[in-house]
Amino acid sequence: MSMPTDPTDASAALTPVRADAEALGIAETPAQQLWRTFRKDRLAMLGLYVLFVLFVVALVGDVLTSWWVVFDPTTVRLPDKLLPPLSPASAALAKDLLPPFHSYPFGTDELGRNVFARMLQGTFVSLSVGVVAVSISLGIGVTVGGLAGFYGQRKLGPFSVDSWLMRFTDVVLCFPTFFLILTVVALLPPSIYNIMIVIGITSWMSTARFVRAEFLALREQDFVTAAKALGLPEWRIIFRHMIPNAMAPVLVSATINVAHAILTESALSFLGFGVRPPYATWGNILADGRSYIFDAPWLFLIPGSAILLVVLAFNLVGEGLRDALNPKLRKRAS
Amino acid sequence: MWRFLARTIVQRLLLLVVISIVSHTVIHLAPGEPSEVDSMNPMMKAEDIARIRKSFHLDDPIYLQYLHWMKDLCTGELKSFRDGLPVVPKIWERFLNSLPLFLCTTAIVWTASFPIGIQAALKRGSRYDRSTTFIAYTLISIPGFFLSYVLILWVVRIFHLPVIGLHTFGTESATGALRLMDHIWHLVIPSLMAALTGIAVLSRYVRAQMLEVLEQDYVRTARAKGLDEVHVVYGHALRNALLPFVTMFGLLLPGLISGSVIFEQIFAWPGLGLLGYEAILARDFPVILTLNFMAAALTLLGILLSDILYALVDPRIRLE
Repeated sequence: MSMPTDPTDASAALTPVRADAEALGIAETPAQQLWRTFRKDRLAMLGLYVLFVLFVVALVGDVLTSWWVVFDPTTVRLPDKLLPPLSPASAALAKDLLPPFHSYPFGTDELGRNVFARMLQGTFVSLSVGVVAVSISLGIGVTVGGLAGFYGQRKLGPFSVDSWLMRFTDVVLCFPTFFLILTVVALLPPSIYNIMIVIGITSWMSTARFVRAEFLALREQDFVTAAKALGLPEWRIIFRHMIPNAMAPVLVSATINVAHAILTESALSFLGFGVRPPYATWGNILADGRSYIFDAPWLFLIPGSAILLVVLAFNLVGEGLRDALNPKLRKRAS
Repeated sequence: MWRFLARTIVQRLLLLVVISIVSHTVIHLAPGEPSEVDSMNPMMKAEDIARIRKSFHLDDPIYLQYLHWMKDLCTGELKSFRDGLPVVPKIWERFLNSLPLFLCTTAIVWTASFPIGIQAALKRGSRYDRSTTFIAYTLISIPGFFLSYVLILWVVRIFHLPVIGLHTFGTESATGALRLMDHIWHLVIPSLMAALTGIAVLSRYVRAQMLEVLEQDYVRTARAKGLDEVHVVYGHALRNALLPFVTMFGLLLPGLISGSVIFEQIFAWPGLGLLGYEAILARDFPVILTLNFMAAALTLLGILLSDILYALVDPRIRLE
């Protein structure tokens, strides 16, 4: 079963199946069942709404900050330094530097940059750090876990493929993750892509283990035997039949991993290894803001609350999904 | 049992060697060299750099560098690139600073999480349960340094608690007892802050475990034979729910090194995490590598310990 969280997506993808399901007297598809259980979790739904709004804000923000000059997050307006939120722009500014609506909704920082514009730009960067890092870790994790689960019995030198890959996973698991990320990010040239990649390649291990476990269980199932008997090529069995069925636990951990990646990025920024200017991320707005915590607390509180909000939303959605996928709880909810 | 132990210890040692090779390679192949840290210094001439590279064996092929590192580490002659001091005593000194913080944090986490989690499980669905759930998620989601900074402002103003370093400045000549009290006083805020996330995670886990156990048949039997609720919950349910937590004790060990970078940085606590951070900034490869190596060794030791503990506590499990 595939696990789309979006209701329209779910019904669109499963329309051809539904006719069969009704004919067979099955009330609902697994995805519908999942959605029905998920919807009852008020906190998780709240998280989903918040994430939806944030994704829209991130897209709109990216467009605004890169196309609209007055919304440029790097515009320096020295006469307007460290203004509190909602304060109007001073009259001393040149006309083409005036911020939209002549006011700063989130105040300005030590260089007079518009914090609202910086936060908008940061939304896109922070979310993409999380999403890209997790995509990388998913890619590696599904590949390693899938290979170990499907081709595990084959011999490769003295050991089987399974023991090679899983021992390798054990090795990576033994690294102190945050310390390793810190070391590599500090040594590499500072760039947002390096941070995404490093977070990605240090967080795939649990995914690999989940996928391997699911594959081992699925390989023995009748529908896989049937697919083999039909003479389907192996790649088709793996990608069409096994991976979609193995995705449920992976989806949960991926959602929670996005939250982790965003927190890691902010922690790296805090230690001074984060994304360098001119990019604004929530993490480095927060890290810069801590020097002004007494004089301009909004520089610290606004990005901090934003990180809290998005990480909380991802965590709540992840936990909601986990509960909705848990067959014991599902029975109780219905 | 003994055969199992011997076999796993040999396996783990092999794994440790592989890990040390991998981490050595990763760190040496990454761009940025110790000799380049001070590249803007006009006093650094090309021959100086060549001399530094030679004395650090940086010109040798990478496997020779690895062998040098391992040999120096085993003979205890490994020297820091930064100040030429031996690495092992340096790490030991910082370890002694980190240890009280780690122990305090762990003690707070484990004593606070169990009552909170058990209550939440017993009153499932109540207002208490829902609010602790929400607070726990918030604490998990908040960046640790953000919360610490916000609370520092408040704590310093109201409670006059110290938030920087190990000791109050100027008390070096005080008597032992006074210094100890001063030290404990300095521990309060860093360990509380570092414990908050841990409490949130662990209390959720306790709750889930208790919920699982409370639904078991033997709990129903215990209730049916008329035991009072205290006996049922703490004598029957909790004892069984505790099993998985035994393994978590072993997995705590690596937190000694890697779990503390952020908090030691905030509170200027000169422990292992801060040592690693400084070493990374200075490209001090011997210190970075040795810390990485120790963290990996602690992880492996922790897994081994938790396996053994599990077998000791749960008679159903036999180590084969």
